[in-house]
Amino acid sequence: MTEKMYFTLGVVAVLIVLAGIVLMSRVRSARAGNALGAVGLALAVVLMLLKQQLLSSGALWTALVVGLLLGAWLAARVSMLAMPQMVALLNGLGGLASALVAYSTRKPGEASFEEYAGLLALAIGMMTFSGSMAAAGKLARLLPQRQVVLPGHSVISSGLLLLLLLSIVWRQPEALAILALLFGWVFAIRVGGADMPITISLLNSTSGVAGGVAGIAIGDPVLTCIGAVVGASGLLLTQIMCRAMNRSLLNILFSKGAAAKGSANSAPPAPAEAPAAAEAPAADLPAILRSARDVIIVPGYGMALAQAQSAVKTLADRFAELGAKVRYAIHPVAGRMPGHMNVLLCEVDVPYEQLYELDDINPDFATCDLVLVIGANDTINPAANTAEGTPIYGMPVLAVAEAKWTVVCNLDTGPGYAGVPNAIYNSPKTILRLGDAKESLAQLLQMLS
Amino acid sequence: MTLAAWLCLLFVVSSVVGYLLIRNVPSLLHTPLMSGMNALSGITVVGAIAAVATGSRALALAAVVLAMINVVGGFAVTDRMLKMFKAQRTNGND
Repeated sequence: MTEKMYFTLGVVAVLIVLAGIVLMSRVRSARAGNALGAVGLALAVVLMLLKQQLLSSGALWTALVVGLLLGAWLAARVSMLAMPQMVALLNGLGGLASALVAYSTRKPGEASFEEYAGLLALAIGMMTFSGSMAAAGKLARLLPQRQVVLPGHSVISSGLLLLLLLSIVWRQPEALAILALLFGWVFAIRVGGADMPITISLLNSTSGVAGGVAGIAIGDPVLTCIGAVVGASGLLLTQIMCRAMNRSLLNILFSKGAAAKGSANSAPPAPAEAPAAAEAPAADLPAILRSARDVIIVPGYGMALAQAQSAVKTLADRFAELGAKVRYAIHPVAGRMPGHMNVLLCEVDVPYEQLYELDDINPDFATCDLVLVIGANDTINPAANTAEGTPIYGMPVLAVAEAKWTVVCNLDTGPGYAGVPNAIYNSPKTILRLGDAKESLAQLLQMLS
Repeated sequence: MTLAAWLCLLFVVSSVVGYLLIRNVPSLLHTPLMSGMNALSGITVVGAIAAVATGSRALALAAVVLAMINVVGGFAVTDRMLKMFKAQRTNGND
């Protein structure tokens, strides 16, 4: 295959992938878009096999088939609950692959532009790998969920970054790879649970950038182009997540941490008091539930932890049978990855039309009859509007505080990840049903039968 | 213009195009989008194949395996997720 033909057909492959992305922006066509993306990628693979005349290489085919089978096996057995760590894991493998491509194609001795591009791809790929492994380990609870801040953490990361740049300048790929691995790890262990959506989308971005830069290094336009598209998409998602938390990226990645700050300057409310306060209005809870005509359900990471999504759906169905309108309010950073709640709820057959974004549903909290909070805390905390100086100040939150009645099915009334006490728990309009969300929801369901 | 300069330009243009395309995706689809993009980042399999031809073979083959896991796993997982997104009317039977 000539260079020119490869280029022309490569453009076709890229256009197919881009068309797939366009289709992925609507629910109806998203599945077709995903399939189209796979077709574009398959075409790119075939083109490269033809270009390099490797169609008859047994070793290469074995590698392709082994990867294919492993990928298919992983994808088939992963549960929806484990999706965040799965995405992180796959990200990491892609990053490592790009790093290996950059390392194995370098031609030592040449101080060319391609050489430096290759070293950069090696560094980004290795960072993505170790960072993703740390993130996946945290998400899978193999590593501590909380932020891990080493003594002199910032000094360590800055030092590593400096050494990393030096080893690019001095062209020391082995040292570079090790430094990049360390940097990725040190970077990712610092990020705590609720900031995970941001880390995941950032790592998604860097895995694309690693591929794109490797494409520059080996002189391949298809790899360059698609790598850059992935890099941009990850960055955009990261930006959206940051905006949803009203924090800058640097603040999230390099701060001493929301959790540490929050618990230092604000004592959590005594948990013993809260349930007592809840006893009084509990008597008329069945009546409130029965008379509700407009119900908004607010899920949070606690719903995922308690695996309460199908209990939520059962209760929502009961409300619907009684003639109530049920909607779900989804905060952009609820859960551990972008869109986490949507996936969990769609898995239990909640129609996606009932899922509302923050801006669309916030005006309706004041007029609805009942809000049901399932394992959400920071994303509904009214302190975000008022408590200056706390980590969540300025973050857009769901206006649950304005609702007529709120039933909170959380595990406890402790402050959330941000460490700021939530006034909603003490409000006279709030009925607390603490404990396992599944059990609390079953009790509510009983009151409705 | 040299190939490298041309590719750098392509990198920038693709980033902008990607940014503009993805801006339209609603937050409802953010997880599938992310995992779809994750699958696409496995495009580095193309680079790995080139590396088998031109570079150090064992490492390149390892890269092929890893990138293929990324691609196939990514697309399959995305498809599984998207299958779950159902509209109000059709959620009766399946």
